[in-house]
Amino acid sequence: MTVETPNNNGLTIIASKGTLDWAFPPFIVGSTAAAMGKEVTIFFTFYGLGLLLKDLSGLRVSPQGNPGMPMKMPYGPKWFQAIDFAPKIPNIMWNIPGMELFATKMMKKTMQKNNIATIEELRDVCLEIGVKLIACEMTIGMFGYSREDFIDGIEYAGAATYLDVAQSSNHDLFV
Amino acid sequence: MTQHTLDATGLNCPMPILKTKQTLAQMTAKDTLEVRCTDKGSTKDFIAFCHQTGNPLLSQEENDGQFIFHIEKGA
Repeated sequence: MTVETPNNNGLTIIASKGTLDWAFPPFIVGSTAAAMGKEVTIFFTFYGLGLLLKDLSGLRVSPQGNPGMPMKMPYGPKWFQAIDFAPKIPNIMWNIPGMELFATKMMKKTMQKNNIATIEELRDVCLEIGVKLIACEMTIGMFGYSREDFIDGIEYAGAATYLDVAQSSNHDLFV
Repeated sequence: MTQHTLDATGLNCPMPILKTKQTLAQMTAKDTLEVRCTDKGSTKDFIAFCHQTGNPLLSQEENDGQFIFHIEKGA
């Protein structure tokens, strides 16, 4: 039996969340690590799989059950933009149809105003810079996706492949 | 030895680092790169980036809200 020794130069990430906010950590950390010379592999499973779809318009952020999320308006005078509405709005309000879309729009606007790279941009850079993106084959079947739904340049595999890469990496994250 | 420049002003983390990496990849050893950014986190991030990648950080300064880094492409 051969045991691979860590090459001290690998980062493996499991991306399991499919919301707009949780889409950022795997791509930001992954691309930066690759830029700093690490061999990076991100394994997208369950809801995280959605981050590899061609169409990312379904990415949303929900204030529902998310009391840590500040609710500041990206519009209006400075004093108005400084108000955090989150503690002032009862969480049950986010049950109202359309509120999630509204919160998502506000978040995207805030990001745009602050010149934050979009998920599409970060994902492109990841591929450009050599980050290996792996889609979980099992989840594809379970959620009824087909390969045409996904961007080019990614790989398809299962848990064993992930574990094999993780074995020789010295840095492993679950997002 | 060529001097390259990269304008990363207005960009936020992690884009200045990623653009720097892409620019360095097209340079040859001993070439120098001047990066300008406005991302406040870059002051620490460029030290870490240069340390990890073996590209010496020759100098860093702040001028009128801009952070300017001089990086030498490592061998």
